Order: sequence, then structure tokens, then C-alpha cells
Amino acid sequence: MRAASALLRKDILLELRSRESVPAMALFALTAFVIFHFGLDRSSLAGSLAAGVLWVTLLLAGVLGINRLFVAEREQGGLDGFLLAPVDRVALLVAKALALLAFLAAVELVAVPAFALLLLGPPVWPALPQLIAVLVLADVGIAVVGTLVSALSVQTAARDLIGPLISLPLMIPLLIAATGATTPLLLAGGAAPLPLRWMAILGLYDAVFALLAYAVFDFLVED
Amino acid sequence: MYGRGLRPLAIVTLVVLIGGLAMAFFYAPVDADQGVIQKIFYIHVPMAIVALCGFVAGGVMGAAHLSSGDRRWDLRSYVAIHLSLIMGVGVLVTGSIWARAAWGHWWVWQEPTLVSFLVVFLLYATYQPLRFSIEDPHRQARYASAFAIIAGAFVPLNFVAVRLAQPLTHPRVLSSTGNLPGEFGVTFLVCLAGVALLFATLWKYEMASKHAAEQLRALRSRLAEAEAPGPPPRRAVPAGVGGPVS
Amino acid sequence: MADEAAAIQLDGVGRAYGERFALRDVSVSVPSGATLGVLGPNGAGKSTLLALLATLVRPHTGVARILGHPLPREGWAVRGRIGFIGHEPLLYRQLSGRENLRYHARLHGVELRRVEALLERVGIAVRADEPVRTLARGMAHRLEVCRAVLHEPELLLLDEPLAHLDPAAVEAVEPLIGRSTRLTRVVTGHDPTAAVADCDLVLGLRDGRAVLSGPAGDVTPAHLGALYR
Repeated sequence: MRAASALLRKDILLELRSRESVPAMALFALTAFVIFHFGLDRSSLAGSLAAGVLWVTLLLAGVLGINRLFVAEREQGGLDGFLLAPVDRVALLVAKALALLAFLAAVELVAVPAFALLLLGPPVWPALPQLIAVLVLADVGIAVVGTLVSALSVQTAARDLIGPLISLPLMIPLLIAATGATTPLLLAGGAAPLPLRWMAILGLYDAVFALLAYAVFDFLVED
Repeated sequence: MYGRGLRPLAIVTLVVLIGGLAMAFFYAPVDADQGVIQKIFYIHVPMAIVALCGFVAGGVMGAAHLSSGDRRWDLRSYVAIHLSLIMGVGVLVTGSIWARAAWGHWWVWQEPTLVSFLVVFLLYATYQPLRFSIEDPHRQARYASAFAIIAGAFVPLNFVAVRLAQPLTHPRVLSSTGNLPGEFGVTFLVCLAGVALLFATLWKYEMASKHAAEQLRALRSRLAEAEAPGPPPRRAVPAGVGGPVS
Repeated sequence: MADEAAAIQLDGVGRAYGERFALRDVSVSVPSGATLGVLGPNGAGKSTLLALLATLVRPHTGVARILGHPLPREGWAVRGRIGFIGHEPLLYRQLSGRENLRYHARLHGVELRRVEALLERVGIAVRADEPVRTLARGMAHRLEVCRAVLHEPELLLLDEPLAHLDPAAVEAVEPLIGRSTRLTRVVTGHDPTAAVADCDLVLGLRDGRAVLSGPAGDVTPAHLGALYR
């Protein structure tokens, strides 16, 4: 997919140059952790509470990134530039999803250690590989849904509001599965093994939305 | 075209629905645990089932629109979804009343069906704002259909996930009618049929009304055109002839 | 008839926007190598017509054939052969000229050294590494011309191509998008007399309809006056 890699390269370059999305998402995550500390009046979280706080924060940070995903295309005519090229429209879907995935990964590189430092009671090290596995699987889901919703809302008049309103309910099953998978890893008494049931649900979610995105994307982009 | 058969359908709907409600109150026995208020089940669950089917049907119609390009499918999808949404309000209200009567709280998170219905409702509540924030009608129809497909596929996925999130399952009332003893089962089926017919009648009615409004509008604009035609074409030479290449 | 060899063939093409018609019942035939000038007051549908020819939007009525391929069904077959310059430049303002062109080169499968060659030809190689947002309108427009011809198109669709260019720039881009290219071109503009001088065929649009159509030589000042009345 030569086109997808050209698009991805361009998006990463744009983000590095303008630094609009990733720093904002990372800063948001850090601020959210502080807010949770004061809001819950807790200094140390474990188990399902820790998993919940972590995933809600990552999800909301993701929503910030989703809003900005197609902004350059819409404002600077980039979408037309792409449409004029003799390439499959799906390349745009793949490239944008990969870009969002990259942004999420960058944010998590900052947010997860920050979380471990600020709010997490038990140590994160023992279960780190499993945690990374959950992060990867869930991030793919966020990336696919996010790209889909971003494409849907970029043409609307109230895009900043509509994007989160549509993506959050859609991501509830992902949230359920991600927290379900993460809770045993953050238990106060020591990490339990990764529940495969929830990983399977995450995988199913990713697959369903990837298929939906592939089926529907052309219609969102073509006129 | 939608108006045909509407009156007989409406009459049948009324008969079945009233019959079902009558059966619920007079024929089906009173539930030992929950008392009379359990009867709300005969409205709540059929409405939930029909609303969910309506959402999924809206998704299928959206797919029909995208694959055929015929915008009438989008209109059908819109009506189905918006009726399901209204019915969804009814589901949430009756569900809340039932929860209060059965478990003492106006909302319970342990009833997975109710909870996943809330999520679905929140999603579909964005459908109309999405539609009306896109000006171009062709694009609006396309995007709405895409949304309907995504949301329609989401409904079962969401139910599975929410169900699995419950560590203890409450007595699942939304089970097959095989679990319900005779009188309950029959009454339930009649009420289900009644609500389904109600949905169908309302759908047909709204389609008929929208169709008529559209025809009226098309006639009006044609009339306006006929009265004030556009500027007559002025041609240097008849169009379609290629000019000399110098 | 020259129809079979026509680079562009439109029959009764229309495009709706809600109840309005941006284009209505437009028919024109442009033979290969000819230049079509599209004239008309603001809002007449010139830009919509160009976007339609570029396969960016699809026709709602009528039949459109570009380079022998019917739209929208075979839009994919003509996309890489069309060069389009629209109202707004299709360049990312945060990236440099070189980065923008390289991106388009990769997208179209064009060798990167063609980017360098083009930058030299239009005379902006010196400022090619500065972000586009720092360039003056005229320089950015030269970049836009490079972008449009990067993939060596057969058909040029130009929306006011000389709008922001000084005489030196006009001279620089002429060999790329001007008559001397001998490519089929569709050009819109607001200067009717220049259009009539530069083009072989003229199409006058008003409220989406074609009210003037034919060889440039047959267009009189009276026709133009009525068009812009």
C-alpha cells in the first residue's frame, strides 16, 4: 500500500511539525489523573478502580485526538488532493487509523508511567507485558472507531461536539473489555493472569469495526 | 403508495394491542414476587425488542441505500430509527418504573438489557443532530446511512459486552418464551405482536405523510419553474460541435 | 462527428444541491488538444463543473465521459491522468513546498527527481524548504502548478490559473499549463476577452445552465455582455 504509507508519512510529518494533537492528549491525560485524585479523594488505586480510571482517561484523551484527525484534510484541501490520486480510498482509512494508533502509543508512553507514578498502588512491572498487550488491542479498536467517527463528523457543522458524542457510546464495549482485562493485572494482592475472555472480546470488537469501516468508508469520502 | 392498507393495518394494530393489554391485566396471573407492577413487563419487553429490531432494520435499510443509491431507502431508514428512538424512551421509562417496583431503585445497573439499552439510546440520540448538521441532502443521506449501518452492527456487539460485564446475572426475564408458563407466554406473544404492529403502523403512517409532503414540494417547485422559466439559451453555434483547433 | 475522439463529452449533465441545481443540463464536447474556456458570473457553476470533470464530485443527471471513460463508474481510470488546479491550493501549509510535492509524488507513484526538476523550472527551488504558509500567494501558486502537473496529466482543469501570478511567474508556468502544452485544457476565468483569445471553445454558464456554447471565434461582445448582465 504505497499510498497508505505516503499518507501516513505525511501525517506523522505534519504532527511532528505542528505538534497539535499528541502533546494536548498527553497533557490532558496527566491533568485527568490529577483531577481523579481530587475527585475521588484517593492517592492509591488498585484493581477495578485503577483499571477504570486509566481506561476512562485514555479513552477521553483518544477522543481529543479523534477530533483533530481529519482537520488538516478539511481545512487545507488535502482531501481533494487525495481524491485526485488514482488510489484506493481505503488507503486513507488505513493511514489515518495507523496515525491515530501512533498518536495513542506516543501518549501512552507518557500516560501509563505517569499513572503508575501518581495513582497506582501496586507496582506495574510484574504485569507489564500483559498490560502492553491489552493496550495494543484496545488501541487498535480506538483507532478504527476513531477514524470512522472522525470521517463521519468532519463534514458536519458541529464537528467538535458530535465527534465525542458518537464515539463514546460506540467505545463502551471496548471500555468494558479493556477494564475487564486490566483489572486482574492491577490487583493490590499481586497481578493475576490475563483473562483471555476479555481479550477475545477486544479482538472481536476490533474485527467487527474494521470490517464496518472498510465497508462504509468509501461512501464517507466520495461525493 | 404507503397510504394504501394503512387503515386496515391500524385497525388490526388497535385490536391486537388492546387485546394484549386486556390479556395482560385480566388473563395472565399476577406474579407472586413482584405483584401487579410486574405487568409492566408486557409493555416494556415487547417495546425493547421492537425498538432494537427497528434499529437493526434501520441499519439494513441504510445498507440498501448505499448499495443501490436510491435515497428512498434512506428515508425509510430514518423513519425506522427515529420511531425506535421514541419507543426507546418508553423502554427506559417503563424499565425504570419496573426496576423501582421490583428492586426498589429507579435505576439498576445489574439488569444488563436495560443498561445496554441505555448505551444504544445514547448512541442513536446523536443520529438526528448528525443528520441536521449536514446541509447537502445527498451527503446527509449517505452519512446517515453509514451511521445507521455502524450503529445497527453495534447493537448486538454492545449487548454481548454488557451482558458479560455482569458478574451476577439477575433472573433474565428477556429469555425465550419456553421458560414462561402458558398464560404468561401467550400474553407476552400477543403483546409483542401488538407492539410490532404498532411500530409498523406508525412507520407506514410517517412514510405516507413524508412521501406526500415530498410530492407536494416537487409539484410546487415544478409549478414555480413553469411560471418563470430560466433564461433562454443563447448560442453562437449549436452546442456539441467541436471548434477548429488553431 | 468528433465525439468518439472527444477528450470530454458531456450530455445533459446536472448536479443538484438540495433543491437547487448547481449545474443543469450542460452539454459540451471538447476534442483532444483543444482548450475550453468556461465563463460566467459568480455562482454560475464554473467551479462545480470543473470539480465534476476532475471526478471530485459525481454527476446526478446526464452522461459524462472523460478521456473516453464514463463517470462516475470509471472515475478510477482517469484520475491519474487529470491535472487539477482549484480555487484553494491543495497544499499543507505547515509543510514545505518540497515536502508537499514529494507527498503527491509518492501518492501518484512519480519519481522524486521529477519534483526537483519542476521546482527548478518554475523558479522556486530556492524557497522549496520553507513552510508553505510563509510563502507569498504567487509563490504558493507556482507550487500548486507543479503539484498539478507532477504526474504528467493528459487533461488540465484550471480554475483561474493565472490569478495571483506576476508576469515573470506567468512566463514560468506557461510551458507547464499553457496552450503550448498542446494538452486538452479546461480553463475558467473572469476575463472574457482573454479567454476568447486563448481558447478554442467557449462555454458560458449562468445559474448552472449553458447559455453560450461554441467556437471562440464566433463569440461576440454582445454575447458576453448578455452573459454577465
